[in-house]
Amino acid sequence: MTTLIWIAVAIVLIGVYLSWTAGRLDRLHVRIDAAKAALDAQLLRRASVAQEVGTSGVLDPAASIVLYQAAHEARQAEDDHREVAESELSQALRAILADEAQLTAVREAPGGEQTVAELTAAVRRVPMARRFHNDAVRAARAVRRHRLVRYLRLAGHAPFPLAFEMDDEPPAILDDRSAGA
Amino acid sequence: MKIGIVCPYAWDVPGGVQFHIRDLAEHLIALGHEVSVLAPSDDETPLPPYVVSAGRAVPVPYNGSVARLNFGFLSAARVRRWLQNGAFDVIHIHEPASPSLGLLSCWAAQGPIVATFHTSNPRSRAMIAAYPILQPALEKISARIAVSEYARRTLVEHLGGDAVVIPNGVDVDFFARAEPKPEWQSEGARSSGKGGGGRRAGTIGFIGRIDEPRKGLPVLMKALPAILAEVPDARLLVAGRGDEDEAVAQLPPDLRSHVEFLGMVSDEDKARLLRSVDLYIAPNTGGESFGIILVEALSAGAPVLASDLDAFAQVLDQGEAGELFTNEDADALAATAVRLLRDPQRLAELRDRGAKHVRRFDWSTVGADILAVYETVAAGAASVATDERVGLRARWGLARD
Repeated sequence: MTTLIWIAVAIVLIGVYLSWTAGRLDRLHVRIDAAKAALDAQLLRRASVAQEVGTSGVLDPAASIVLYQAAHEARQAEDDHREVAESELSQALRAILADEAQLTAVREAPGGEQTVAELTAAVRRVPMARRFHNDAVRAARAVRRHRLVRYLRLAGHAPFPLAFEMDDEPPAILDDRSAGA
Repeated sequence: MKIGIVCPYAWDVPGGVQFHIRDLAEHLIALGHEVSVLAPSDDETPLPPYVVSAGRAVPVPYNGSVARLNFGFLSAARVRRWLQNGAFDVIHIHEPASPSLGLLSCWAAQGPIVATFHTSNPRSRAMIAAYPILQPALEKISARIAVSEYARRTLVEHLGGDAVVIPNGVDVDFFARAEPKPEWQSEGARSSGKGGGGRRAGTIGFIGRIDEPRKGLPVLMKALPAILAEVPDARLLVAGRGDEDEAVAQLPPDLRSHVEFLGMVSDEDKARLLRSVDLYIAPNTGGESFGIILVEALSAGAPVLASDLDAFAQVLDQGEAGELFTNEDADALAATAVRLLRDPQRLAELRDRGAKHVRRFDWSTVGADILAVYETVAAGAASVATDERVGLRARWGLARD
């Protein structure tokens, strides 16, 4: 009789543990979804501002075309090509803004100060959002690698989370904090 | 934005984390955000209007020293009540891994959680043992902030994942505008104000606990005879708590008159002291993850000479904004200090570079970065709520709603 009780207790405990782990995984997936949405928003914001600058006619024609093309690619990229397209936009932004005169030109255009502020915010927030996203992905993967989680399929049908890898280095001139925010 | 900030240490005990939270809260309130700070505190202590007490912190031995921590059902209940009443868009937990309010709120909350890791302690036994308990709580944090690249590295090594680096903030102008106090200035600095040419530089500043060896006063005391041998009219001004007689015990008696103890100083006097000295020395031997005092010294325009701890080297931009000496090496400290005190031009150069470099630590910059983190995690997410454990009955659909 006592053996039966012990077995029942063990089964209940295992059940509680499994249920708790499933809840934990569920929360982690929610966190990834939120982080992914935030990253997506920041990337889109960056691409839109870049496109605005590219089509404004403030920059020289060659720079305009390069920037417009990169921003356009980044916005239109399919999921499996997006990391590359976004990295190329980072590179284009760095190459164009390496010359301080370009930034001055944007500043002097009507409404330019605001555009520069938006672009600065966007290029600084992309790396932030990406770190938060990849941190969430790592936490979820750590739990999902547990043998118990794999065998019992506690993660359900949620796809195995993937990190978002890209070159998100902002242009140095927009990342200079010594001049104040 | 409705922001909840969790302070892990008693509000009435002065400390770096508490000051950081106070300044952050006041900065955010000035920008028009709604801020509530949950902090341990005696019920009798008067609190600023934005602080909510989480009950008294209990002194318990933890991690080699006596820490004042909050735990138990009463504190947990207060955390939940604070979360429910606040309905915050985001909560910002400081030191989430310390077994105090930080961890309790991590357990109790769900939604956008930002956490700042201040210390960079090597992984302790307790932490390893508690890992299965810590991990589920820490994995709820949507955004991690480390106060320095060094703190970020230890965080990544010990807990995995990643963090963004946002330094601690300082009100640069508060220090830059402080009025120097003539009795704390050297003759040279006093007369240079009246156009007498700052020839004789000689006051050295030190701020920190006297009886805490990690703050490095013993190293400085060891170096002092060598400094005085070369610069005989130099003076050392020491501000901080501790036994003064013990501090000068190893110094030859005839040199003791060159050391002046100021005891605990107010914020205003600290700023004035930093404005007055010719050289600020930070001989800390370890246990620093940031080094706010260096930023304060730079803000006040004091040239800085610091030990080459990772955290210090980073604040001083690898020696660009201030001089570094080999940690715990009194001879190196003495040699560099003498060289600097005899070279007013170099001191002036350090002052200028420091004043420019320090802008990145001003609250206007740091606050904007922290707000950017809040906005990144809060965008599109529901507000913070208490984490109701779903019972088995509910999960199996048996609960009656």
